[in-house]
Amino acid sequence: MRARRLPLYLGALIVGAAALIALFGPLLAPHDPFVQNLGHRFIPPMWMKGGSAAHILGTDQLGRDYLSRLILGARISMLIGLSTIILSGTIGTALGVLGGYFGGPVDAAVMFIVSCRLAIPVILVALTVVSLVGSSLTVVVLTIGLLLWERFAVVSRAATRQVCALDYIAAAWAAGCSRSRIILREVLPNIVHHLIVIATVDMAIAILLEAALSFLGLGVPPPLPSWGLMIAEGKDYMFFKPWVIEIPGIALLILVLGINLLGDGLRDALGAQTER
Amino acid sequence: MLRYAARSALLAFLVCLTVLVASFALTRVSGNLAINIAGPEATPQTIARIQHQLGLDRPLPVQFFDWADRAAHGDLGESFLFHEKVSHLIATHFPVTFTLGMLGIAIAVAVAIPLGILAALNEGSGIDVAVGFVALAGQAVPSFWLGLLLIIWFGVDLHWLPIAGAATWKGYILPAFVLSFVAIPVMLRMTRGGMVDAMRADYVRTARAKGLSRGSIVLKHAFRNAAMPVVAVSAVQLGFILGGSVVVEVVFNVRGVGYLAWESIGKGDFPVVQAVVLLFAIIFVVLTLLSDLIGAALDPRLRGG
Amino acid sequence: MNAPTTDAALRIADLNIQFGALHVVRGISLTVARGQTHGLVGESGCGKSVSALSVMGLLPRGARRTGGAIAFGGTDLARQSERQMARLRGDRIAMIFQEPMTSLNPAYTIGSQMIEVLRRHRGTGRAEAAEAAAAMLARVGVTAPDLRLGQFPHQLSGGLRQRVMIAMALLCSPELLIADEPTTALDVTVQAQILRLLADLKRDFGLAVLLITHDLGIVARVADHVSVMYAGEIVEQAPVASLFAAPSHPYTRGLLASIPVPGKVRRGGVLGSIPGMVPRIAAGFAGCAFRDRCAHAMPACAADVPVRQAASGHSYRCRLVPGWTQAA
Repeated sequence: MRARRLPLYLGALIVGAAALIALFGPLLAPHDPFVQNLGHRFIPPMWMKGGSAAHILGTDQLGRDYLSRLILGARISMLIGLSTIILSGTIGTALGVLGGYFGGPVDAAVMFIVSCRLAIPVILVALTVVSLVGSSLTVVVLTIGLLLWERFAVVSRAATRQVCALDYIAAAWAAGCSRSRIILREVLPNIVHHLIVIATVDMAIAILLEAALSFLGLGVPPPLPSWGLMIAEGKDYMFFKPWVIEIPGIALLILVLGINLLGDGLRDALGAQTER
Repeated sequence: MLRYAARSALLAFLVCLTVLVASFALTRVSGNLAINIAGPEATPQTIARIQHQLGLDRPLPVQFFDWADRAAHGDLGESFLFHEKVSHLIATHFPVTFTLGMLGIAIAVAVAIPLGILAALNEGSGIDVAVGFVALAGQAVPSFWLGLLLIIWFGVDLHWLPIAGAATWKGYILPAFVLSFVAIPVMLRMTRGGMVDAMRADYVRTARAKGLSRGSIVLKHAFRNAAMPVVAVSAVQLGFILGGSVVVEVVFNVRGVGYLAWESIGKGDFPVVQAVVLLFAIIFVVLTLLSDLIGAALDPRLRGG
Repeated sequence: MNAPTTDAALRIADLNIQFGALHVVRGISLTVARGQTHGLVGESGCGKSVSALSVMGLLPRGARRTGGAIAFGGTDLARQSERQMARLRGDRIAMIFQEPMTSLNPAYTIGSQMIEVLRRHRGTGRAEAAEAAAAMLARVGVTAPDLRLGQFPHQLSGGLRQRVMIAMALLCSPELLIADEPTTALDVTVQAQILRLLADLKRDFGLAVLLITHDLGIVARVADHVSVMYAGEIVEQAPVASLFAAPSHPYTRGLLASIPVPGKVRRGGVLGSIPGMVPRIAAGFAGCAFRDRCAHAMPACAADVPVRQAASGHSYRCRLVPGWTQAA
């Protein structure tokens, strides 16, 4: 039924739009997001009194065009999200598949590592690392990517165990396939759909985590317009000009919501396939 | 059962130990400590002197065992900046965080369970979709942003609740509410899923065949079974809530351990940071164990009869 | 299709049930007399379980009753509200199911689940209800009944659980017991015990029993009347002895032929079987549903099929005239 696919389509639409904006937006942005214009501070968005078409979403406390900053912020968020998927995905999947495939002490070790990771308060550790090493986009990307792998590990381990209990794995082994070949050719393709769903979950969490870090001042450094940072910068003025925090917040909400919808939709679509 | 508990406890201890070693290494390796304390104007001699004073020039393993030895006796060291014992700092700040956490999980349970049951009983209807959407939106909202918005609406516009701090009980409401968002989506989905499965179960069909009232069927028979995993998981969710307390406490200016940790990180006061990380790790591990125990206690099949 | 009886506990007349577009029960009628067991027999998917659930008002989602009357104790069950049905269930009509392993709530003790029936329908106090429950457990052959009351379902075997289900069903002395494949999930030896128990209880309590099963052997042992069901229709209905003496519908004959009886089929001979599969009937179907699998089908079978009388109280739905088996 078409209506049941709505979350999938809506999610794909939002994430696709975000990807496009991230890729091409900064080229099409009306202004340079870093240029300050102190004579034009706090111009409200176009639809409010005092707004103008020159700055559709208004300007911030340093006169920078809000829309342009928002667009560049989309690129930052998408970058964080994708790099986390790649980095965390690789680490977590490697751990999970190895544990699920080999079982025994290898699996016990993997589960122990995952338990340790779960026990760590991620935000605290991320904050500590950034404060020690210094905040930059690279540091944030690496820190988040190296911390958020536990979901991948848990899911890929469970899925690997399920797959390994099936007959065609035993058949491949009996046919003389090497372990790595089995893992790469038989196991991985059959757990991919689980990983795709988890990737969306992780992506959403990574984006929110970066926003929180930037909000606390230990994430992406200014003047880069991370949405979290924009909210932090607008915090001092939020009582009188609430739009400075409302707009980037809504942007975050829509993006993460879109990612979650996509994940849910994919889970339904892919899950149905495997059950057939 | 006892052997399982003993094994779990041992694993829990090892996990905490590993986290401790990791966080210790993390904070010591950079070598910034002395620089931070000495201040930007300090000469190399001052820095060296401070390093020696604090024992930071000794080999790392020695530092670690010395610290661990003292920690085992309850001495977590002294904060560089506050010039207080770390254990005292934590003891004074923890009750606030704990209260927030418990309040947060209480709100989460009070919201997630009724909504989950409602959605399950109206499976597939508009209500179900709406509840599902609420869960999804709850997961997507950045907690700090929600906090700020609530401050604007309730603190300023409506003057109902204080803008910052937790001087009175009123100051706990908004931060606890924001914290509950961490747990609500997961618990909502679990309740809904569990109820849908339970209502389809054979034993519910038997209950209907016995002519029991609707309330008895839904709450006494179905929910009792659906609730088991949800209650068990709420302990773990409390752990996640406490993790999220850092951001929320900062936004609401509530002086709990999360706020303390953030301040300390910003100023390089690493004995405090290390202690807080360890504290959170221990709490999380204990809550996970508790969750297992609750699960076993609630399910007669697991008690080993 | 049924001989008129004045002593009927349950009378189903022309019951129709649909599952979406599928017509799963197509106008069945049967009577369960007081103190008698009526066996409703057929293979999986013929609609027998659904019919039983419909009597109780426990149809699953997506299924709906589209016609017919269900006369019970002066009321038409088909016209009762859910609340009215809930008052009858467990009190005057009881049902036991096929899967004793999952039909009891794992979170509550046996005693708790039995007591709640009495408290619900009779308002009995807890202590008194516990006594009654223990007595009923003893009655159905459960040893150490007081101990069992405090135990959880997972601590009992399948056979014991089914006895508990039966005891629970009889607590309020119902007039009608519907048993949906009560022994299918049990070991053969336990099956025999449960069947004997049901026969005893029927006799002692004057119960009317509607027994759903796919096993003609069970029907032969415990039923007084039989209805053979195929693809949503009752194709043959008779007192038990008459059915086995003179099975008249080709489907019934096929079923009987496929039961392995030691000595009946020569070594190396072929066990009878009915080729083909049960069809799914959509609305608008006419004629005999068995015609595609019947060795005696004729073109006229695609049109309305008459009801024939093989003997007194023994009817069947077929073109073939009574006594055709002699000629064949």
